[in-house]
Amino acid sequence: MAQDILVYCEQNNGAFRKAGLEALRKASEVAAQLGGTAIAVVIGSGASAIAAKTGEYGAAKALVIENDALKNFSISAYGAALAAAAKKVSPAAIFLPATTQGKDLGGALGALLEAGIAADCTAIKVEGGKLIVTKPIYAGKAYATVQFECSPAILSLRPNVFPAGGPDAGKTAAIEKMDVAVTARETVKEVVATGGGKKELTEADVIVSGGRGMKGPENYGMLEELAALLNAAVGASRSAVDAGWRPHSDQVGQTGKTVSPKLYIACGISGAIQHLAGMRTSKCIVAINKDKDAPIFQIADYGIVGDLFEVVPALTTELKKVL
Amino acid sequence: MKIVVCMKRVPDTEAKIKIDASGKAIETTGFEFVPNPFDEYAVEEAVKLKEKIAGSEVVVLTVGPKDSAVQMRKLLSMGADRGILLVADTTNMDAYATARLLADALKTIERDIIFMGKLAVDTCDFAVGAQVAQMLGLPVVTQIVKFSESGGKVVCEREVEGGKEVVEVALPAIFTAEKGLNEPRYPKLPDIMKAKKKPLEERAVTVPPSKVTILKIDYPPSRPPGKIVGAGVEAAPTLVNLLKNEAKLI
Repeated sequence: MAQDILVYCEQNNGAFRKAGLEALRKASEVAAQLGGTAIAVVIGSGASAIAAKTGEYGAAKALVIENDALKNFSISAYGAALAAAAKKVSPAAIFLPATTQGKDLGGALGALLEAGIAADCTAIKVEGGKLIVTKPIYAGKAYATVQFECSPAILSLRPNVFPAGGPDAGKTAAIEKMDVAVTARETVKEVVATGGGKKELTEADVIVSGGRGMKGPENYGMLEELAALLNAAVGASRSAVDAGWRPHSDQVGQTGKTVSPKLYIACGISGAIQHLAGMRTSKCIVAINKDKDAPIFQIADYGIVGDLFEVVPALTTELKKVL
Repeated sequence: MKIVVCMKRVPDTEAKIKIDASGKAIETTGFEFVPNPFDEYAVEEAVKLKEKIAGSEVVVLTVGPKDSAVQMRKLLSMGADRGILLVADTTNMDAYATARLLADALKTIERDIIFMGKLAVDTCDFAVGAQVAQMLGLPVVTQIVKFSESGGKVVCEREVEGGKEVVEVALPAIFTAEKGLNEPRYPKLPDIMKAKKKPLEERAVTVPPSKVTILKIDYPPSRPPGKIVGAGVEAAPTLVNLLKNEAKLI
């Protein structure tokens, strides 16, 4: 049986999404252990122009699928295209980035290939020739280690957990174009980009996050300024979102996003269990809170007890001196 | 309009999770089960639509142990008309088995629109909506924050990385709800009383084997104990120094 791993390398108008390259790099390592190779699948407009680059992140080969029905993302058409690639290759596993598209495709492929899916994986290893993966359950309050009773195994990899490394200069993947007839049952009428090049929380290296202690939406400017300095995304706790101060897309926690940045700065966030579940895998946690007993201090690598309205501007000033 | 809302019962999101003696499951006592929070947005949207279109019906469909009736009644008190409970031990059921059972049941129910939550906050696989759609050959739009139906077509919005997508589909179709889609109503006492009398049908099902099995469950990797490095503005230079020279992050 084939021991290759098929990887969905998500791209948008000729630019790869970082999380897809992370999945590819990990796939190339795991495939080597299985005695196979990583095969990239690049779908949509602009795919053929960049497919060879997947070699720089470990792909031995790249399958390119481009046609009118795949111009915009849709679960039905992209799912069918990826399923066709899987049927051609008969891989041991399919790796997806745990992005919106990757999660959508995990479900679709699970049904189309009658296979099992583990989403948002944080660890992947090979034992006795089988994949053993770890994934969060209860939004990160616990982690399940699972195995697959089917082939292929379908898994999505949490962004920011597996380093993409590279690019390995000079390595290119052999390109193979695939003709797949698919129809989209969903029509994308419009894609509206968020203004100002807003950084995506799940992919950011640094997150500055504000909670109930921010007291109101008008005070987030202070966090935006700090975030701009650190090239960070701005997040929020559930109470800040429920109060209508910040959009839901900014929420970190069990009913929001799960993030693993290198640095997470929590301002005025007490650290409710459902918030901690969403950010506790951050590499370094800084907490600024006036309540020294706030639960956030129990997991903060660096805690500052104090009024965030004084500490945050002081921190911004200090950072300006060294950055 | 015939609307089906798929529901799953999950532990309250404020609950602490305890791993049981087997190490492969969590203890199911010491907290309350609630309807999956995202399913509440799903039922709210369904009931709003029913209120707009005369002659509509909202059916709640779930897979779970018999006790799931309690969480189904909650959704019935929010305005759904009746419930169908596929009775099964869901402890070790994976997304595939869940989707299979739901898809098979949905083949027997009249439906134009199927709503469900974007994910269940316990198993977190984000898979069932897209899975059921492929099993039934239906369009699906996941994590929607806006929904509008007119003449058998639906235009909805969903949040994606870096922006939003406006997506159109023809009915019948499946939609999975994201927080922000609406503000779920709080049922009043008369609604709760009325819900107790609404029809709730139990169906026996055979659970297909899972494609993914749990070997063990662990608590999150422990972090070093928290450290307070100072108080007030004086701590700002200390922190910058630590971030630069100890954590080497800036």
